[in-house]
Amino acid sequence: MQSPAPSPGTASSGAASSGTASPATPTIPAAVALAPAERAVRMLGGDLTERSLRLHLEGLSGVDAVGLEQRAAGLGTRSIKTTSKAWALDKIIELIDLTTLEGADTPGKVRSLVAKALTPDPSDLTAPRVAAVCVYGDMVPDAVAALGTAHGDPDAGLVSVAAVATAFPSGRASLRVKLADTADAVSNGADEIDMVIDRGAFLSGRYGEVFEQIVAVKEACRRDDGSYASLKVILETGELNTYDNVRRASWLAILAGGDFIKTSTGKVAPAATLPVTLLMLEVVRDWHRLTGERVGVKPAGGIRTSKDAIKYLVTVAETVGEQWLQPHLFRFGASSLLNDVLLQRQKLTTGRYSGPDYVTLD
Amino acid sequence: MAKDLITAGAGSFLDYAPAPESTSILHLQKSYGLFIDGAFVTGHGRPFASISPATEKHIAEIATATPKDVDTAVAAARRAYDKTWSKLSGADRGKYLFRIARLVQERARELAVAESLDNGKPIKESRDVDVPLVAAWFFYYAGWADKLDHAGLGANPQALGVAAQVIPWNFPLLMLAWKIAPALAAGNTVVLKPAETTSLTALLFAEIVQQAELPNGVVNIVTGAGETGAALVRHPDVNKVAFTGSTAVGREIAKAVAGTGKKVTLELGGKAANIVFDDAPIDQAVEGIVNGIFFNQGHVCCAGSRLLVQESVHDDVVDRLKTRLATLRLGDPLDKNTDIGAINSREQLDRIRELSDIGEAEGAERWTAPCVIPENGFWFAPTIFDNVSTSSRIAREEIFGPVLSVLTFRTPAEAIAKANNTPYGLSAGIWSDKGSKILAVADKLRAGVIWANTFNRFDPASPFGGYKESGYGREGGRQGLAAYLQPAGSAKVRTSAYSQPRKTPRNVLSAGDAS
Repeated sequence: MQSPAPSPGTASSGAASSGTASPATPTIPAAVALAPAERAVRMLGGDLTERSLRLHLEGLSGVDAVGLEQRAAGLGTRSIKTTSKAWALDKIIELIDLTTLEGADTPGKVRSLVAKALTPDPSDLTAPRVAAVCVYGDMVPDAVAALGTAHGDPDAGLVSVAAVATAFPSGRASLRVKLADTADAVSNGADEIDMVIDRGAFLSGRYGEVFEQIVAVKEACRRDDGSYASLKVILETGELNTYDNVRRASWLAILAGGDFIKTSTGKVAPAATLPVTLLMLEVVRDWHRLTGERVGVKPAGGIRTSKDAIKYLVTVAETVGEQWLQPHLFRFGASSLLNDVLLQRQKLTTGRYSGPDYVTLD
Repeated sequence: MAKDLITAGAGSFLDYAPAPESTSILHLQKSYGLFIDGAFVTGHGRPFASISPATEKHIAEIATATPKDVDTAVAAARRAYDKTWSKLSGADRGKYLFRIARLVQERARELAVAESLDNGKPIKESRDVDVPLVAAWFFYYAGWADKLDHAGLGANPQALGVAAQVIPWNFPLLMLAWKIAPALAAGNTVVLKPAETTSLTALLFAEIVQQAELPNGVVNIVTGAGETGAALVRHPDVNKVAFTGSTAVGREIAKAVAGTGKKVTLELGGKAANIVFDDAPIDQAVEGIVNGIFFNQGHVCCAGSRLLVQESVHDDVVDRLKTRLATLRLGDPLDKNTDIGAINSREQLDRIRELSDIGEAEGAERWTAPCVIPENGFWFAPTIFDNVSTSSRIAREEIFGPVLSVLTFRTPAEAIAKANNTPYGLSAGIWSDKGSKILAVADKLRAGVIWANTFNRFDPASPFGGYKESGYGREGGRQGLAAYLQPAGSAKVRTSAYSQPRKTPRNVLSAGDAS
């Protein structure tokens, strides 16, 4: 991965410096300085500008769609049986963000979701807890209350609360509203914020704007004690459409400080696909090769069966390595996946298939 | 550096639990005879054992065809040609081929298991590549059988007669399909000799021929070693010789048939260049390199055994390649998660070892993927040689194993020059995100098959064949069909024993080169 030469010394410190001041070529935006996000400064140099960001993203190696899909399909043919399958099923549960994102969500629905998160299978208490529950921002207090003492870090066997924010799912609101949305969820006790990028800005080539918004939302994740809620950046890959776009957006989200890159809101089809997730994992792997830092990946939407989820585990393990299979580096955003995993799990322990009435509705 | 990122430690998920494909579907006989005139008959030679290269365990006893047996088989094929097959309409021949194709699909799992057992290739390849392509080949040529007027030889082209076909051990059943499907579609009858280490699926195919109720003698299968093959291609009553295998044997065959009037197609060795430009989609290129040389343990005549990588991205590509190779699983060919199976024979393993040692002695940097080698059987871990010079033997000779030689280039012109600097010319690969560059480079490469941003993809509609020492003639597509036809009104080709050789033998070496 080459990093482009630092842009000429036209960058000034003021973000408001005139866009017409530099003799820019027609296709390259003027050297408007961007917020000095730590990772971006390290990667692109001190004078971080719209231009240097754009040159960097456009300099990324292309993606061959046929080859990428072929590789994903190949990983999908791994045959995970017996002990490996048992391990995989439990691991999938531990990596789930159990989600409800409906207009009809109520405190009762959220309490029910939390109960399911804490005790996925009442008939088999050895089933692990999920990593987090994922709700709209205004439901965060209900989720926090329902979790009570079980609220906390999944590494400690507790369950986190993730909130979607920034005018989810469309992201069509002013930055001021997005930041208020985020700060509100964090102050209510959300441990994780799932934000959406401005796809309109991205598709029209305003990479700097997308970047600045992520940086600002990241700042809005800051709590009073100086710690930060973990930030998941939703790319909405179904709207970005091309793999080249997905690679650029992934790279951009990481540069801007995202802790996770996430495929989709679940409200746009196609949502998560194996090739898209593989591509995002490759970006995360490349980032790790360059910096030693680990960034998480969250495919969300459309993963409904154990069989599918196992393909994702295989893809993670064979692309970035097995140490990514932990809640701080990989999540499934899903609502119906959990019950299918529980059914498979029951089959594995009892040797018999049971039916949908033997797993609980949340 | 992500070198240690993907390692399977004790008790790790990446040590996938065994997932063996069951062999219970396979009902093998203890011994197999020759398949002549629609029935299995005893061979007059000394029978030999077919073993599993992964375990060295005995699978079945295979008959050896003597020259006399070959004569019987050719006579049966001649009778079938004269009496039935040449009299059938194309549509009727097509029906038989469609029937064979469907039977291959019905028995796909059985054929895949047999192939992996006998050849040593991973079940995922025999299941997902070999056998589906076998069915595809029969379906494709079944469709041609009643459309020969469009084969490019004018109206009403004629079959040649009896085809003698000798195939290699790397894709036993697929090579059989490449040979038999177009031959039968064009109206020829065949006598085919499989490689001695991999006769099993050809004999199962003989059962399919019986099941399809193909007229007796249209397909005959004679097993045995080199002498059987020599007797077959030298037989005076065959009209066409088709061979896939080594350049050395191909040369012998060319000499043997020179001046006899037999039509010949030869598909021989290769030393393909896989060219990676600095603007390549890098992760997909790495996959393509892996697929190019480690598919089927590198036992592929069109394998991308020479990696030509642009110097500016050399380190990155090689580093990524090594990380990727560390994830390959070598072992039981019947395990569904196996990526690298067994080397087909001890003889081949010895050759791979010998050439690799030479590579090391000649100064190339050897790197071997970390993997555990099973105790029994024939195995060779995926190996890369870096800093290989163009004059090194591992850059010039076909190794036919999981060994990649890495060379660098600076400009497209240099890449083209180095890619063409080989006695072979079967295939090549180009990796670049820039379409115009791909087309410009492909235009100058002297290779029969050129893949762009992919490698080792096969399709029955696409002609396949080589330049120079990679052989002549094309298999697949319309061209592959024409190789078994002659224009209407051609003098009936009756070979030496039955007629005089042509006065001016065709210069076969140059004849097939143009395409």
